[in-house]
Amino acid sequence: MVYARLILLRLFKAAIVLLMIIIFNFLLIQLAPGDPAAIMAGEAGAADEAFIAQLRERFGLDQPLYVQLWKYVSGILSLDFGYSYRQQMPVLDLILDRLPATLLLTGTAFVLSLVLGIVAGSMAAMRARKPSGSVIMALALLFYATPLFWVALMAVVLFSVYLDWLPAYGMFTVGANLQGLDLVLDIALHLILPATTLGLFFMAVYTRMTRTSMLEAAQQDYVKTARAKGLAPGVIQRRHILRNALLPIITLAGLQAGQMVGGAILTETVFAWPGIGRLMHEALVQRDYNLLLGVFFFSAAMVILFNIITDLIYRIADPRIKEASA
Amino acid sequence: MNEPLPPSRSELPCGNETALPTAPGLRKLFGGLGLTILTALPISALAEETQEQPRRGGVIDTIIQPEPPGLVLGMIQNAPTRTVAGNIYEGLLRYTTDLEPIPQLAESWDVSEDGKVYTFHLRENVLWHDGEPFTAADAVFSADVFHRELNPSARAVLEHVESIEAPDDHTVVFTLKQPFGPFLLSFEAGTFTMVPKHIYEGTDFRNNDANNHPIGTGPFKFDSWDRGTVIKLTRNEDYYEEDLPYLDGVNWHIIPDGASRAVAYENGTVDVLPYGTVENFDVPRLSELDNTCSTEQGHEYFSPFAMLWMNNRHGPMTDKRFRQAVMYAMDREFARDVLWNGMGQVPLGAFGSNARFQNEDLTPYDYDPDRARELLDEMGYDGTEVTLLPVPYGETWTRWAEAVQQNLKEVGINVRTVATDVGGWNQRLAERDYDLAFTYLYQYGDPALGISRSYLSTNTAAGSPWNNVEGYANPKVDELFNAAATAHPDSEREALYHEVQEILQEDVPLGWLLELGFPTIYRCNVKNLVNSAVGVNEGFRDAWIDE
Repeated sequence: MVYARLILLRLFKAAIVLLMIIIFNFLLIQLAPGDPAAIMAGEAGAADEAFIAQLRERFGLDQPLYVQLWKYVSGILSLDFGYSYRQQMPVLDLILDRLPATLLLTGTAFVLSLVLGIVAGSMAAMRARKPSGSVIMALALLFYATPLFWVALMAVVLFSVYLDWLPAYGMFTVGANLQGLDLVLDIALHLILPATTLGLFFMAVYTRMTRTSMLEAAQQDYVKTARAKGLAPGVIQRRHILRNALLPIITLAGLQAGQMVGGAILTETVFAWPGIGRLMHEALVQRDYNLLLGVFFFSAAMVILFNIITDLIYRIADPRIKEASA
Repeated sequence: MNEPLPPSRSELPCGNETALPTAPGLRKLFGGLGLTILTALPISALAEETQEQPRRGGVIDTIIQPEPPGLVLGMIQNAPTRTVAGNIYEGLLRYTTDLEPIPQLAESWDVSEDGKVYTFHLRENVLWHDGEPFTAADAVFSADVFHRELNPSARAVLEHVESIEAPDDHTVVFTLKQPFGPFLLSFEAGTFTMVPKHIYEGTDFRNNDANNHPIGTGPFKFDSWDRGTVIKLTRNEDYYEEDLPYLDGVNWHIIPDGASRAVAYENGTVDVLPYGTVENFDVPRLSELDNTCSTEQGHEYFSPFAMLWMNNRHGPMTDKRFRQAVMYAMDREFARDVLWNGMGQVPLGAFGSNARFQNEDLTPYDYDPDRARELLDEMGYDGTEVTLLPVPYGETWTRWAEAVQQNLKEVGINVRTVATDVGGWNQRLAERDYDLAFTYLYQYGDPALGISRSYLSTNTAAGSPWNNVEGYANPKVDELFNAAATAHPDSEREALYHEVQEILQEDVPLGWLLELGFPTIYRCNVKNLVNSAVGVNEGFRDAWIDE
């Protein structure tokens, strides 16, 4: 009951925030120099006024800004995201077409970084004063500090060019026409490099945070009590220390999860992964406003959604929060 | 007339004939291979190649960069669309690397004595990819209806056309208002595409469902397009040239990152790197890989010409001595040798080496900073700051802008570089909001198609980044260009064009930087890939894979 009311309230707030984001994005985008008609004319080499006027009229860019805004917002309310100027397809189709690829990539990276990060962080916390703990932390610091695109390029050079173990780019082998399990394996193989690259940074962050947070929790009185009760060290680690150390990690995971739609531009570009990030970058360069706004909308919705989910998970992880807000 | 610029970053659709000092025949065979390869390849291997029997079968993997917005040529004319769809669609004519017309859908053609009536005799056994026959009605519809509505570059040519008629199913007659010298150069597939009348007539062309599945007459049919991943073409089994194409298909991989594209070639995933798919600095390294050939041929029709717009409307650029000083101050040989790996050619003046009617007697603007300083002193240049807008297509162009900035600073011109992206660059040029700006334009073989547009004072209307952007106006130049476009025969045109080049050489309406050279890199066992003036845009028709 409490959950239902809470969720409803949050969804209502979310809708208002989303509407504001749409309007703000729409206005912000107008500040960029150049418009899609001019860019498309430029590409086509049309030194011809008629051509540009034709395009502007077709895209509705010849109308006053407030009319364009009104049309856009009322369109979205009926789930019509408009038409991509450049790709000549409905924006929703384009986005839904690319969404699975991106979610597969970012979702894998998310799970990978979260699980490995927490495991590595716990190990580092338990070995805080041993060399093995320092090695983990040194690696975490290295990945934390290394730029993503560099890691990506180096991974390609090492694993694809030198060792020839993994495919360098793409989501599946073009021209192989694989089916069923073979296709799944093929995609999995293509997924390894980009997902690892994308996950490394957050893995490092989780590792560092888990360690710090666990060391802090280990100082608490209830841990001493648990020890005094004679509980096994493993149980204390998991149930008393780790669980209490999880809150900041959940916060961070919520942030990372919110970036799942639009957060992989670099990785998708380097690895030619056919996802949303690339779609967004191309739309930006080509001033394909409708498409860009559509991607912005989905990214914003994702962030809001994961904020809500994070809040709910807080309550499960730490029942004290529920009592405080109820 | 027409500048198919890629929308994003570094990759330029370009290439140019090389200046290698070889005999013309050899030069054709070798194209513009880097010198290393030239010496590494024994002549006997070449002789062998010409005797070999083409082999049927195989699929070629190559790259298209950037991803085209669509594949219906005629509706879209940017570079990547031309490159992929040039293998699906065809025009009436093709062109050799010397820009001589050869048959494509037109088997033969006659030109009337007065240069006003062009009669094309079409091939009789041509089918569209959906099985319908291709006839003169399609040709008339394409030219008179489809292109008139959608295609600005064809529109400019059609202005000279009085009527287009089909006296029978396999004859098309174009009657011109007055002679138009470059008319026969306008029928290239990318410029004057033949589109199927039975599919488009009476529909809203841009919203036609068939746009997602292009139907042409070419050697390859559209198979599928995984957005962001690959475009697949498959062999047209009913192609009218017997035995062609030799290949079973072509896969165009879409890889947005330049380094990844280079890796795709290195690890063997793709076999052909069309012009401009890798960064310049990767070219020497890739060219030295095993079994790798490269050619600068296959771009003669476009002959991209890098230029420096100088805004004639304001500031010191209004004085021609300033513009001459800029020409003397720039070390263009350095730019070519260092930034472009020695590819391309430093132009003599407004007419590139592939353009017809080049006047070879002009005095070149050799690198001469002292002369530049003299000219600046003479005009009393007061050190006014001028801005410089680079082409936002990647590293090479950025570095080039820096080099020019340094050249100009050395002679005392105060230059500030302005960074922008493609959208901003387009807009600034279209609105004439710049002092100096890089660009490059296609020449299309004939001055009336690709050159006069930058100098005619009737072509200065703001709103386009491709017309007379610099704002140069000289009635004498207008008169000469206009007379030359419609003069007949060619000897008359030549005299007029030679005269106009002398005026331009003196006035320097804009800076002539470099005739760009871009290599097509491919595995040496891919044979006969680049065989016409538009290279890979239609090259897969005759290409074959050797064991």
